[in-house]
Amino acid sequence: MARSGTTTKDDAHALFHSLRSAYSAIPTNLKIIDLYVVFAVLTALIQVVYMAIVGSFPFNSFLSGVLSCVGTAVLAVCLRIQVNKENKEFKDLPPERAFADFVLCNLVLHLVIMNFLG
Amino acid sequence: MAVAVDNLNNKPTQPVSSTLRFAFGNVLAFVILLLIGVLAFSIRLFSVIKYESVIHEFDPYFNYRVTQFLTKNGIYDFWNWFDDRTWYPLGRVIGGTVYPGLTLTAGTIWKVLQSLNIPLSVETVCVFTAPVFSAFASWAAYLLTKEVKGTGAGLTAAVLLAMVPSYISRSVAGSYDNEAVAIFALIFTFYLYVKTLNTGSLFYATLNSIAYFYMVCSWGGYTFIINLIPMHVLLCIVTGRYSSRLYIAYAPLVVLGTLLAALVPVVGFNAVMTSEHFASFLVFIVIHVVALAYYIKGILSPKMFKVAATLVVSVGLVVCCAVVAVLVAVVASSPTKGWSGRSLSLLDPTYASKYIPIIASVSEHQPPTWPSYFMDLNVLAFLVPAGIIACFSPLSDASSFVILYLVMSVYFSGVMVRLMLVLAPAACIMSGIALSEAFDVFTRSIKYYITNLSESLQIDAGDTVPGNNAAPQIDVLKNDKKEDSLKERPSRKNKKKEKEIEKPSVKSKTEKKPLVLPVEASFFALFLTVLLGGFYVVHSVWAAAEAYSAPSIVLTSHSHDGLHVFDDFREAYAWLSHNTEVDDKVASWWDYGYQTTAMANRTVIVDNNTWNNTHIATVGTAMSSPEKAAWEIFNSLDVKYVLVVFGGLVGYPSDDINKFLWMVRIGGGVFPHIKEPDYLRDGQYRIDSQATPTMLNSLMYKLSYFRFVETDGGKGYDRVRRTEIGKKHFKLTRFEEVFTTHHWMVRIYKVKPQKNRIRGKTKKSKSKTSSATPRSGTIKKNPWH
Repeated sequence: MARSGTTTKDDAHALFHSLRSAYSAIPTNLKIIDLYVVFAVLTALIQVVYMAIVGSFPFNSFLSGVLSCVGTAVLAVCLRIQVNKENKEFKDLPPERAFADFVLCNLVLHLVIMNFLG
Repeated sequence: MAVAVDNLNNKPTQPVSSTLRFAFGNVLAFVILLLIGVLAFSIRLFSVIKYESVIHEFDPYFNYRVTQFLTKNGIYDFWNWFDDRTWYPLGRVIGGTVYPGLTLTAGTIWKVLQSLNIPLSVETVCVFTAPVFSAFASWAAYLLTKEVKGTGAGLTAAVLLAMVPSYISRSVAGSYDNEAVAIFALIFTFYLYVKTLNTGSLFYATLNSIAYFYMVCSWGGYTFIINLIPMHVLLCIVTGRYSSRLYIAYAPLVVLGTLLAALVPVVGFNAVMTSEHFASFLVFIVIHVVALAYYIKGILSPKMFKVAATLVVSVGLVVCCAVVAVLVAVVASSPTKGWSGRSLSLLDPTYASKYIPIIASVSEHQPPTWPSYFMDLNVLAFLVPAGIIACFSPLSDASSFVILYLVMSVYFSGVMVRLMLVLAPAACIMSGIALSEAFDVFTRSIKYYITNLSESLQIDAGDTVPGNNAAPQIDVLKNDKKEDSLKERPSRKNKKKEKEIEKPSVKSKTEKKPLVLPVEASFFALFLTVLLGGFYVVHSVWAAAEAYSAPSIVLTSHSHDGLHVFDDFREAYAWLSHNTEVDDKVASWWDYGYQTTAMANRTVIVDNNTWNNTHIATVGTAMSSPEKAAWEIFNSLDVKYVLVVFGGLVGYPSDDINKFLWMVRIGGGVFPHIKEPDYLRDGQYRIDSQATPTMLNSLMYKLSYFRFVETDGGKGYDRVRRTEIGKKHFKLTRFEEVFTTHHWMVRIYKVKPQKNRIRGKTKKSKSKTSSATPRSGTIKKNPWH
């Protein structure tokens, strides 16, 4: 536990710095995927806030909108896991195959979304 | 199989013949699978051979009627179908309340066959759907067990599933019910989940979601999947087996699966709003937190990670408490805490009998008796624990999943006898694993003995050790066996060697002793195991032929002068369809609703869907009331004909008099003037001279026993209740008997219209009608009242 208030703050700073330096060391393609994930989650949050303001009348539209954002975010995370070179389990999976799987899954997801959107 | 595994290890030394044997093993496995499919199909054909190709029971008739509608009118009409021939004044939205998987599957098969110019009728397709899909289910079980343990275990599990009596009971030819395709969908979904878990491929995750969608379309039991998989994920996380493959296996399934489940009209928004699905969302959040934690642990140094952990824990705890409080408030606001009635009755077995008598009254919802486990699973009942131990020997994600599946299905099968069906695949998989491991040990011992015999003089180290002698050592590194664990533990502890064969250290592999049994013991054990399999086969075939092939719409009995066939039900429905108007309404107890609409093609008041308790209670009250009150109720519902099933003449035990107490209970649950103790004498249910006057005056008694004394010369001996009836000679004033079948099993009465002139007291002093008094438009309103 923290020894005193200032050391906690220092710890937080040190933590923040080490996180930042570790994160900037990862390759660019992973950073792009991370950006995409953050964008999708933000879109989902915006939709939830909108629903809270306006009401959820066509509930299926709301569900399909939010779940499509969450769905692509999850699939992008899966793609990131498979493409990440540091992952020992996936070292013999060519990244093209991972991307193809990602596209296929997104296709199915969006087909369902289009159907459910109403 | 032991053969294939050995040959894999033989590859470097003898390439050509080993690949040949490998290929031979593959072809053998394929042929065996084909034969298993044929076996699964054929063992379910007993009912077609003994009786005829007819649809069984009650629920399949509804599915058959829906399939007929689909094939005749196309899918858009089916999706939007509002059925007005059932639940008479209310109707039923078929498109929104039926699980479409089975119907769409059979409709598609019929359509494909028609386009190939193979003119099978819809009924034939419906009757044979279940055996075909049970063959598919065996193949799916093979695939699933292969993922867990290997080809040998897969084949054994497949052959066990093809014959397990519990599955046969719900999928004989003619049993056209949801479980026929749902069990295949269940096993296939589990196979794809385990495959995704093992390979970490997003492609299989997509297929998994699609298979889950098929399962949601087919059966209400899909909630088992959507609760079992999160439980397994949680188990893996808690036991420290989290890996990125787990994330890939679970997270897309939740999102895609919820969306696909919401697509099915029956489920709709329940997919996100009922408590049955909350477990999956909870574990979804948990797995994201865990994934993030592992990721941060991976990119930070350990010291920094400790700091991060303490920070996060203190902040996260506060957030968690807030979220949990909100969730609890939302859930607690609904009276059933968000669970549906059926799920609640599964979690708390006493719930249904206290609150929902309709759910409690269905015979398939009763808890099973102990002998039914042995009847339905036979040998598997004690092979399952052996399988559990074999699964633990190398505990992998897949085997932990199968163990969890087994434990959960055992619990639920103890609550409801219908769910023994969900236990059957798990039991087959476990037993397949156990049997396959046992066979491995025995055959390895025998091979070891044979190879040692053939080279008894060449106990050599390293260089000239031929491939098949090294095989036992290499197999040593593979799974431990239950039978050998006993021998192995003392040998490891005391460093005793098996027999006198010394294995000098070839490589580090020879640290372990070869796990073999003495050869005589293994021969004998092999023989006994084959005998065990023989017993299982004999029992399964007997169960399929004698116990589970009865179509229950046709009954047979063997007497000294041959075989008697009781075809009374179809006789009654045929009479109804030929001798009544198309728009006439028929009232009966809800058991016969589906059959009446499907075969007699008449509108019914209540049927087996039992979605409206008050409506059923109205019919129940009518059956329990005296003639006049019942007539009022039936008139208010526009009923023209009343149908009762009576088994007293021939000894058919599932007739309406035996079900009468349920009518009283359900009716009494809604209309308080019906009290169950009024119908019992000293707590006993009787229909003889000691019965209460309320019982003897009830409509059900009168309609069942009207003119019954004429059958046996004045005694009126009821063969089911084994007494003489109480009131023997009486007349019916408001009902008129129009048809009684050959063995008096179905009796149809016509509701007499309102009399034009009432003698004696005027109607004013008798107006105590409980329901509204609108008479149907065809009866003239009496101007004197």
